[in-house]
Amino acid sequence: MGLFKYLKEKMFGKSVSQKEKYIAGLDKSKRNFSDRLKALTARYNKVDDSYFDELEEILIEADVGVRLSDEILDATKKEAMLRKEDNPTNINEILVDKMFVSYASQGDDIQTEIHFAESGPTVLLVVGVNGVGKTTTIAKLAYRYIKQGKKVLLVAGDTFRAGATEQLTIWAERLHCAIVKGKENQDPASVIYDGMVEGKKTQCDLIICDTAGRLQNKINLMNELAKMKRVITKEIENAPHEIFLILDATTGQNGVLQAKAFKECTSLTGVIITKMDGTSKGGILLSIRDELGIPVRFIGLGEKMEDLEEFDLDQYLYGLCIGKEEEA
Amino acid sequence: MAFESLSDRMSSIFRKLRGQARLTEANMDEMLREIRTALLEADVNFKVVKEFTTKVRDEAIGQEVLKKVSPGQMFVKIVHDEIVTLLGADQCELTFVAHRPTFIMMVGLQGSGKTTTAGKLARLMKRKLAKRVLLVAGDVYRPAAIDQLQTIARQLDVEFFSMGTSVSPVEIATKAMQKATEEKFDAVIFDTAGRLQIDENLMQELVNIENAVHPDEELLLMDAMAGQEAVNVARAFHEKLRITGMIMSKLDGDSRGGAALSIKHLTGIPIKYIGVGEKLEDLEIFYPERMADRILGMGDVVSLVEKVQEEVDEKSVRKTASKMMSGTFDLNDMLAQMEQIRRLGPLGKILKMIPGMPKITDEDQEKANIQLKKTKAIIQSMTPKERKNPDILKSSRKQRIAKGSGTDVQDINKLLNQFDQMKKMMKEMPAMAKKYEKR
Repeated sequence: MGLFKYLKEKMFGKSVSQKEKYIAGLDKSKRNFSDRLKALTARYNKVDDSYFDELEEILIEADVGVRLSDEILDATKKEAMLRKEDNPTNINEILVDKMFVSYASQGDDIQTEIHFAESGPTVLLVVGVNGVGKTTTIAKLAYRYIKQGKKVLLVAGDTFRAGATEQLTIWAERLHCAIVKGKENQDPASVIYDGMVEGKKTQCDLIICDTAGRLQNKINLMNELAKMKRVITKEIENAPHEIFLILDATTGQNGVLQAKAFKECTSLTGVIITKMDGTSKGGILLSIRDELGIPVRFIGLGEKMEDLEEFDLDQYLYGLCIGKEEEA
Repeated sequence: MAFESLSDRMSSIFRKLRGQARLTEANMDEMLREIRTALLEADVNFKVVKEFTTKVRDEAIGQEVLKKVSPGQMFVKIVHDEIVTLLGADQCELTFVAHRPTFIMMVGLQGSGKTTTAGKLARLMKRKLAKRVLLVAGDVYRPAAIDQLQTIARQLDVEFFSMGTSVSPVEIATKAMQKATEEKFDAVIFDTAGRLQIDENLMQELVNIENAVHPDEELLLMDAMAGQEAVNVARAFHEKLRITGMIMSKLDGDSRGGAALSIKHLTGIPIKYIGVGEKLEDLEIFYPERMADRILGMGDVVSLVEKVQEEVDEKSVRKTASKMMSGTFDLNDMLAQMEQIRRLGPLGKILKMIPGMPKITDEDQEKANIQLKKTKAIIQSMTPKERKNPDILKSSRKQRIAKGSGTDVQDINKLLNQFDQMKKMMKEMPAMAKKYEKR
């Protein structure tokens, strides 16, 4: 059975509300992608080289990247040849199959929810470049785990950007959640330290640390981040348990460099892709997984605090490649 | 690994093509493919890459290759120039209107850097253009966006206007314009909330602001890291609004910023400024040359190649080299060498052209230049005999040279030390070369 069919059947079993939210959220993202796949299929009776050229275009325009796109296409071509397949619809199935395999066979097992420590507070450090949505995503994560009955503490580690602490404070008020703040331009590591002390004292389940946005090529800022991580480890054993890189779905090929630099500096445990409710396809997540093995844990689908979903590869590819219309 | 520099990949192709006199379809094919990959890895939109490479190929076919360059270098140069032309067409700075405040509106996706850039623009206009600016907080949605702009305004000592979060941005814009007119401000910078180009309500809000205050400038913020979709975003903003220019933010990162090329190519929106850091002074005028180099991922190699070919006199270089190897290097040669370097322009500029070189400050550059001048003065104050044979320099000669060059004896000793070290190194070079040959 092809994965295409497998996806459809698997999706059939998923709760309707979950599926709909995902598909609705990804609707704009996938509209282009799946529509184009379908339109392409309709234009060709038989597959030839120009068909593959157009597939390449579709993949690259989804920000999958030249190298990985070509790899996936080569694998698809090979398999099509082996199976003597030249029907466009079937070729598309093979393509989706290859994308799935490319993601699933790399790196660690895919587990999306935060791993909680057996005892003591679990610490999550949130990192990323400027303007990707770190603070908003933290609010969403806090909301998610408060709803699951966890005691959450926010630490406003961005003491650099004007208004960053205020922004997180407003979220903390809305969420009725405790927050540790520093002063403007205070050493962020010292704010983090205060956060760890407070978290232990009040016996929190989850401490989420915000950090200032930093471009990955700024060595001193990356060192600052490494220092924050050391402070956390010193205060709480085995912490930080999770380090999430927040990545904007509109990011192009630079996303791989971002993931690589942050991984070297802080040993990332996952990626969260934000702004997936826009028209960008977030194809860079496939490249990041392919080159660095870092899995996507959640995706952001809007500006409200409930707009965060677990990343589900089936659903992502389904939403991207198949879409709503074909369900009926 | 991905992101190998274009120069690295091209150099192997260059070797194969050495000596060919013309650019032909056959010898360009491989190069075109590399250029295509380079552009795609720089996030230039797929369709733009396709159109662009076709255009370049048509233009390049049949062109004669200059004597001193390889066909590959020639080709990169053509591509480069084509990008520069495209990026630079109708480039312009902000326009100001007389007799009433100029209204500038910032628009863009979430996180593209509108608020920070609004602050940077305010600083630029205040400091460099001596304008009286009113910073207006029109982002009523994102928590603490107003605080952020207010803090920036305070840092800059620029007047700030806000009506809180419960008033519509259209009304805020109208009131701000009224205030600015009454109080004779030169300009209003209006910050807006980030929005998706497909969010119809929020896009309509911008249209309403446009209708209410008729902004003179509507600047679209674009993240330098943006991928393939950037062009659709820009197009949507451009269709709904009257975008007058683009500012590209976060160019201090290591992204190649190909979106600039795509957007300019497909919408014609001129790029006015670039953001190159988090501090409020980090806003620069856009230079198409630098952007083209960056997109191609070649540092300024293209212009370095040009410059070297123009300026360096090959004969003199060869002479110095042979002198180095034979160990008869003297102060004359040292001077000649320095002259060669100096002719390439200020040292800092040359260092900037080399990819991967760390940024050097203006201060460092200045120091290096002064040192160079000093050394030159010292050598030129020597007699030909002294230059050939520095060993004869004893204290009375040194004092004379010091007087003649406006330096002191210490400086001369320092120079002679350097020269000795250089000479020693050079003497070892032939021996070292032999050692390697034997292996």
